[in-house]
Amino acid sequence: MSEDDERQQSPPSDLDFVSNKARNCNATGSGSGHPEFQSAYPDQVLENVLENVLHFLTSKRDRNAASLVCKSWYRVEALTRSELFIGNCYAVSPARATARFTRVRALQLKGKPRFADFNLMPPDWGAHFNPWALAMAKAYPWLEKVHLKRMTVTDDDLATLALLLLGFKELVLVCCDGFGTSGLAIFVNECRQLKVLDLIDSEVSDDETDWISCFPEGESHLESLIFDCVECHINFEALERLVANSPSLKKLRLNRYVSIGQLYRLMIRAPQLTHLGTGSFSPSEIAGQGDQEPDYVNAFAACKSLVCLSGFREIIPDYLPAIYPVCANLTSLNFSYANITAEQLKPIISKCHKLQVFWVLDSICDEGLQAVAATCKELRELRVFPVDPREDGDGPVSEVGLQAISEGCRKLQSILYFCQRMTNAAVIAMSKNCPDLVVFRLCIMGRHRADPVTGEPMDDGFGAIVMNCKKLTRLAVSGLLTDKAFDYIGQHGKLVRTLSVAFAGDSDMGLKYVLEGCPQLQKLEIRDSPFGDAALRSGLHHYYNMRFLWMSSCRLTPSGCQEIARAMPRLVVEVIRSADEEEMDDAVEILYMYRSLEGPRTDLPKFVTIL
Amino acid sequence: MVSKFGLANAPSSSNCTIYLGRLTMEVNYENGLNLKATELRLGLPGSDEPEGQTTPRPNKRTSSEISSSGLTDDGNDDHQASAPPAKAQVVGWPPIRSYRKNCIQAKKNEVEGGTGRYVKVSVDGAAYLRKIDLHVYGSYPELLEALEKMFKLTIGAYSEREGYNGSEYAPTYEDKDGDWMLVGDVPWEMFISSCKRLRIMKGSEARGLGCV
Repeated sequence: MSEDDERQQSPPSDLDFVSNKARNCNATGSGSGHPEFQSAYPDQVLENVLENVLHFLTSKRDRNAASLVCKSWYRVEALTRSELFIGNCYAVSPARATARFTRVRALQLKGKPRFADFNLMPPDWGAHFNPWALAMAKAYPWLEKVHLKRMTVTDDDLATLALLLLGFKELVLVCCDGFGTSGLAIFVNECRQLKVLDLIDSEVSDDETDWISCFPEGESHLESLIFDCVECHINFEALERLVANSPSLKKLRLNRYVSIGQLYRLMIRAPQLTHLGTGSFSPSEIAGQGDQEPDYVNAFAACKSLVCLSGFREIIPDYLPAIYPVCANLTSLNFSYANITAEQLKPIISKCHKLQVFWVLDSICDEGLQAVAATCKELRELRVFPVDPREDGDGPVSEVGLQAISEGCRKLQSILYFCQRMTNAAVIAMSKNCPDLVVFRLCIMGRHRADPVTGEPMDDGFGAIVMNCKKLTRLAVSGLLTDKAFDYIGQHGKLVRTLSVAFAGDSDMGLKYVLEGCPQLQKLEIRDSPFGDAALRSGLHHYYNMRFLWMSSCRLTPSGCQEIARAMPRLVVEVIRSADEEEMDDAVEILYMYRSLEGPRTDLPKFVTIL
Repeated sequence: MVSKFGLANAPSSSNCTIYLGRLTMEVNYENGLNLKATELRLGLPGSDEPEGQTTPRPNKRTSSEISSSGLTDDGNDDHQASAPPAKAQVVGWPPIRSYRKNCIQAKKNEVEGGTGRYVKVSVDGAAYLRKIDLHVYGSYPELLEALEKMFKLTIGAYSEREGYNGSEYAPTYEDKDGDWMLVGDVPWEMFISSCKRLRIMKGSEARGLGCV
């Protein structure tokens, strides 16, 4: 009560000794003459012990569990939670969050659902950071770290963070939009304690502001600077000065406007880097004859701590041998913007014995994947992206590559694989060879495509995955799939938390199998599949346990969705129309529903209706 | 080309794609042949799946509708004309973020050299900037003539030794390194690939270049 009120105003303290606290409380208690303090003394000791113990609890699931034990634990847990994670920014309001958790140092927020990345959601749907920025600035002036994913952040929000939060240290924006280089300029200029600025896959508008020059002069605390997604020129001289003044810099990922010559100059100033994004990896102009090219090999050789390499945004493959010196130490290599052939890959990959994470374009073909399988025995995560992302494009990778990977990389935990053809046999082989799989995302780019060898649907392949990969928590399916595939998932996918479905299934039964069979399901995203109102009803027992359900271009009707909304008051049921569609009629274009403590949000755009 | 089911496709101009399991045929009516009337389908009798659509829908057209704008949203529409007419693409499929699609597309453009390469052009003293597509021009004289027409000024003749003589204007460009260079010094192809924006300088600043 009163003690809690006191705490609300003070910054998070280091661990207090139990005895000190108890003594203070006693003194306060007797001083103010509150009789309940005397009798509550044993409970107070317990709370203090609890507080000290709970400081060590970091996992959010553990903390959520602890907070449910009793009121006392709830209170103490709320006081000691320093990292606040909110998986859906609309599930709880800033006011409610700041009221419960008073000593937060780090905030992580997620906004739009993933399908928004693929233009399935009209723009300006929501997920504005603004109300959170203002609330944080008031409630947590000591806030150090903000991590946002799929949120709209304005230049003003960046200014708020920079100006009102002294000692702000870390900003990570993943798949965000709404801000530009002028916002960045203010932010970097005002955050004198900044350690981390990571802009990942975000859309940054070019306001023609030279934000790199806005970093303060003199020594900086910068440890990580990632701006490979920023599509504008930067002031290289200013960047060079910044890197030279940042002795703690470990992670640097440049955008494609940095040439290889400029990369060289940065690398020789920062041989301590552990993570490097190389920028364009091509010269600004074709090197003339007789021009002295810098010794790129030497520059890479000097970076003895380099473990993670990415970039290669406009690669000239002739320069690839420069990275040979670091290959043996690499644990992560991202070639997913480098259109290279198998022949160009082989000399590199054959040296990468320690590689655990590999992202690549399918330009390397099945042959390139075979080379990966031959060397990278420690591989945990593989992502193969298409050079030609069309349904009927060329398919340089196939079941052959997948089979090879499954045989060579037995420790594989996560795979994302785009292809034009795939067989059940190869998928089944992977399910048996890679039992540690946690994430299996296969995208056969042609819709409704069957097994080209047997003519069968892909049911058995995905069935084998859920049956044999006992640790599987994330699954994305594709190809021709009947309800049988979903029956398998419902029966065996007991740990599945995230499921992505597109152009699959025959009837309502498909969705029913999943909703009734997967108790851990939290995120379900479905598009263009024949699931209707009856199927939706079968999940009523489970929707409060889920973060969200997305269904677009399925067979839902407004009345079906209305039924759900009526049955579940704590569920926000959004019906979203494409921006240019007319008002409600018989079919629901997009259903997006999520549990929330707040009820309908107040920042609805015109094209969203809440039932 | 004869399909797996022994149906002879219309000659030359038809686009036919066959999928096992769910027979969808696109038919091109250009030759006047209406194959649709005689097509064999594996769908249920009476269900009529219009071309390109995915699942049958109650009343409305789908939102994941055919996107005629194609793959990229970088505003360059002319490149569609050069690519072969592909099957119409569905919005958001395959699920690749537009940033990634644009990057790969941009690379393809640079490699093929076939599509728009828009750069901003500013003229000292002008109220607003313009944008031109460098790929439209094949050489420096063509580019300079176009600039002269666009901004109603005279640029003068280029000489390696003296830069631009004969007028108070000098065309310059910003290269990949961020340096401002005089237009005309490097071969045309190299210029196209490294030019990020153009600035037509005026007055004493411009004349100064000629003396370097």
